[in-house]
Amino acid sequence: MNPDSVFNTLDISHYIYLSSVLFCIGLFGVLTRRNAIVLLMCIELMLNAVNLLFVAFSSYMGDSAGQLFVFFIMVVAAAEAAVGLAIIVMIYRNTRSTDVGLFDKLKG
Amino acid sequence: MDFALLLEKSILILILTAITLGIATYLTYGERKVAAFLQDRIGPNRAGIFGILQPIADAGKMFFKEELIPKNAEKWLFILGPGLAMITACITSAVIPWGSHLELFGRTIQLQVADVDIGILYIMGIVSVGVYGIMIGGWASNNKYSLYGAIRASSQMISYELGMGLALIAVIMMSGSLSLREIVEQQSGWGGMQWNIIYQPLGFIIFFTCALAECNRAPFDLPECETELIGGYHTEYSSMKLGFYLFAEYINMFISSAVMTCVYFGGYNFPGMHLIDSQNLLATLQIVAIFLKISFFIFAFMWIRWTLPRFRYDQLMHLGWKTMIPLAIVNMLLTGGGMLLFGN
Amino acid sequence: MLLTILGLPPAFLLLSFITILCALYVVTNTNPVYSVLALILAFFSISAHYVLLNAQFLAVVNLIVYAGAIMVLFLFVLMLLNLNKESEPIVKMGWHIGAAVTAGLLLVTLAAALHKSSEQIMRNPAEDIGLVKNLGKVLFTDYLVPFELSGILFLAAMVGAVLLGKKQTNSKENNNYSETSSQ
Repeated sequence: MNPDSVFNTLDISHYIYLSSVLFCIGLFGVLTRRNAIVLLMCIELMLNAVNLLFVAFSSYMGDSAGQLFVFFIMVVAAAEAAVGLAIIVMIYRNTRSTDVGLFDKLKG
Repeated sequence: MDFALLLEKSILILILTAITLGIATYLTYGERKVAAFLQDRIGPNRAGIFGILQPIADAGKMFFKEELIPKNAEKWLFILGPGLAMITACITSAVIPWGSHLELFGRTIQLQVADVDIGILYIMGIVSVGVYGIMIGGWASNNKYSLYGAIRASSQMISYELGMGLALIAVIMMSGSLSLREIVEQQSGWGGMQWNIIYQPLGFIIFFTCALAECNRAPFDLPECETELIGGYHTEYSSMKLGFYLFAEYINMFISSAVMTCVYFGGYNFPGMHLIDSQNLLATLQIVAIFLKISFFIFAFMWIRWTLPRFRYDQLMHLGWKTMIPLAIVNMLLTGGGMLLFGN
Repeated sequence: MLLTILGLPPAFLLLSFITILCALYVVTNTNPVYSVLALILAFFSISAHYVLLNAQFLAVVNLIVYAGAIMVLFLFVLMLLNLNKESEPIVKMGWHIGAAVTAGLLLVTLAAALHKSSEQIMRNPAEDIGLVKNLGKVLFTDYLVPFELSGILFLAAMVGAVLLGKKQTNSKENNNYSETSSQ
């Protein structure tokens, strides 16, 4: 193996820190933003943080299961984005807004 | 890293970029000449002999035109749009094999920038990212015609990407590899004539149609559609930024012709290639062969543009979702069935 | 601390810097279109991380799925609804502080918990597990059922999205917005 590859020069803990930071930035976004579309984007960011950690673990351990889980997470993320955006467009048609604060009304 | 390899790749990239840009420049000339030929006119014939200097005159005009950025435009995104369109058009050529290999200075030089084992996926990735240049430019112009052009472009490109990917899957099933070089090498049988088009005629038609739509070429040029949208996503652009958008379209045309050649028409294989002993001569002839095939496809692109009228937008979507995708799935099933029966 | 950070491989440092910067830009910018663009850049740098980790296949799939499909969809919806910065109400400062504290606490917890586990990981890096051939073999043998299930999930999502996106033909009185301007 190439001696310069990240596996020899970098400890896995750095990937753990990086993806934790990304996950927490995503969480901060979910807590502070009010625009439903941006909320979905923050969730995508959190999912990607998890993906990164999965790939890092899988590559360091030489086990491909982690990379396949990333594959399945992408499937779920794509389905989530399609349905989520369809719902947001529907709500926008009725309320003319994507503010999640307005979504708590049961009657349009 | 090996210094000589680095140098070799850098030279290859430089040559490739220069060739791509040169071809894109002269495609504008070609387009006008083909249009003139099909409409029984003469075409540009004033600048130089046969009008051969016309593209240079055009480029000079583009460079020196006044550059306008609308007051209400998002300035940075307005500048970013054409740049992105140009970059995504240029980097696709990295995985295309232009010939087998040259033997110079005691080294074996692969005529391909990056022989990655996921070449086709790389192309699909760049194609799917290519829509951003148009979307960002159209949105940043802050003009409703541009916005309509951008929205049309994005939905059109997403829709036709599916058909394109499904058509490619049938080829990948046959070849068992995602590397373009591998796919081209597998078509070298029968004296260099065992091209995939023989097994995949339907797949090729689907791919060709989708490539037309992905390049926003007529009859699918609805994002720029002059009669409805006054130029669509590049309505507000002038000078070299407009030039970049037009250039990117021609480069996309060139690259998609190259991909079609590699996937369906044997790439650099040509009949009688096994009779040539000298490797360098063979590689040179292979380059000539692939460029001839590419020129034919580019001519076909232009031919279609000046022959077929533009589709209506709902017709375009119907064709994409209700004809191309089911046909591509049928093609995939047929390929799978054929492989099962004849034990390919 | 600074020295240990500077001692890391430059490629990793640069990519991490870009990723975190883009992520911060996504959550703090008020114009959603800029957020989408920053998120695309973040996905690109995460793809580059995958290449560093020898997962080339996932790197390209990440680009195709996230940058090429999902984010185009987001940008498309934003353009279609023509949302600009005025559309988002301002959130109170206290809420921001609360969110920052929550996220910070979670970060500390996560980092501590995962750091502990990193010592137990057997380091056995193999260069070829990220290749299509090997991933495909595992996917279609050990993970065949989840793969089929994800296909069904996609079908369900597609049907749901089409059904939701369809305009209702029997428009009620308060629903007449849906018939007017789609732009």
